[in-house]
Amino acid sequence: MKGNVAENQSSLYEQIGGEPAMSAAVELFYRKVLSDERISRFFEDVDMERQAAKQKAFLTMVCGGPSAYSGKDMRKGHAHLVKQGLNDTHFNAVAEHLGATLTELGVPTPLVEQVLKIAESARADVLNR
Amino acid sequence: MARVKHEGQWYGLDEGESVLDGLLRRGVAVPHSCRAGACQSCLMRAERGEVPAKAQVGLKETLKARGYFLACACQPDSELEVAGAGADLRVSARIASLERLSDSVLRVRLRPEGRFEYRAGQYVSLLRADGLARSYSLASQPHEDLLELHVRRISGGLMSGWLFDEAGPGEPVVLQGPAGDCFYVPGRPEQPLLLAGTGTGLAPLYGIARDALAQGHTGPIWLFHGAVDASGLYLVDELRALQSQYPQLQYRPCVLKGQERVGVWVGALDALIKEACPRPAGWRALLCGNPDLVLSLRKKLFLAGLSLKEIHADAFLPSTPPPQAGTGVTTSASDTSR
Repeated sequence: MKGNVAENQSSLYEQIGGEPAMSAAVELFYRKVLSDERISRFFEDVDMERQAAKQKAFLTMVCGGPSAYSGKDMRKGHAHLVKQGLNDTHFNAVAEHLGATLTELGVPTPLVEQVLKIAESARADVLNR
Repeated sequence: MARVKHEGQWYGLDEGESVLDGLLRRGVAVPHSCRAGACQSCLMRAERGEVPAKAQVGLKETLKARGYFLACACQPDSELEVAGAGADLRVSARIASLERLSDSVLRVRLRPEGRFEYRAGQYVSLLRADGLARSYSLASQPHEDLLELHVRRISGGLMSGWLFDEAGPGEPVVLQGPAGDCFYVPGRPEQPLLLAGTGTGLAPLYGIARDALAQGHTGPIWLFHGAVDASGLYLVDELRALQSQYPQLQYRPCVLKGQERVGVWVGALDALIKEACPRPAGWRALLCGNPDLVLSLRKKLFLAGLSLKEIHADAFLPSTPPPQAGTGVTTSASDTSR
């Protein structure tokens, strides 16, 4: 199953538009995330530029691009947020912004759905379950 | 064949190999993570040679202007001399003059004894003979003979106390740097600029505003200088004179508290900026001074539509006290008195 997803991923990343599309998406996505009162508190004290770079790496990963992300990283990277109460509603909010961002950039619905499916597969790792 | 020089040694690259992979293969330690041009942890600087455009995708213009590139995305066509992101240089200098700009701010002019290249708005570390070090922003412009720093007196501050009370012209010091990416990059002369700073955060903005004007910037340049009260404002007459000379310059001295008076705005700096510049999307912003204010302004401007690539912030961090009293020297790079 995992290998299968990885194979589909590389073509998905290219279909969405590769690196230029990720560059266009990152600020739009990050702005949505930061202005959402449901989740903005998790980003209160972060270095914005480093966080933006992480958001871009995240977008690259969920779109199936070249990325060094692993489930282990996801768990470690979110453990402190889970302690602060990160749960499904917050995950859903981020997924919502992810979908809206790609749609806004003209990515066809079937591709957006594929991306959201990949994001969904990270839910257990992000929420440390 | 493409090859890369790093710390005095040449490394050949295989066909299509990136600078990152080539250096790693030969055992050079280069920080890296995503290898996809996204995380920017493999940032390096080219000292000589052509950097392919692809290796600078996503970087700020200010970083590009200084030759920075992403090692993982860099497949050079020929020879490239590179250094890690933290490369620095030192030059000896002497204090040329000391002049009070206000009760709490001292203008320190320095004469470098050697070539010292910088961009208006960058900062330097000032090292006293005994090794005491603090960072200060440059208020001068590169074509001027003397470097200019604005030093705020800090209660108990070792460097500011020395400069205010003891140092005199002719005193030798050492400069290290420059650093920072708060500077003007020519290319879009019509783009509105938003310069905002508190306290001696005016120093780099003073340099940047004059640099932009000298380079023919035609778009509006808003310069906000915030202080707690009127005693914290300085260079007011100079900036008003500059404003009357250049109609595109809008100088706005602001105080948090105090009485209304002509030409000085009263209120919180972020609220005043929002009122004067309600729709800053597409602008370029340069922010210097108090870290809380700088970082919160950065977030507000990003949410108001500015691209992160167009926001340059230089937060003046306080120097960290030495671990125990009497050890004398701190190695911290920054000082609230900058």
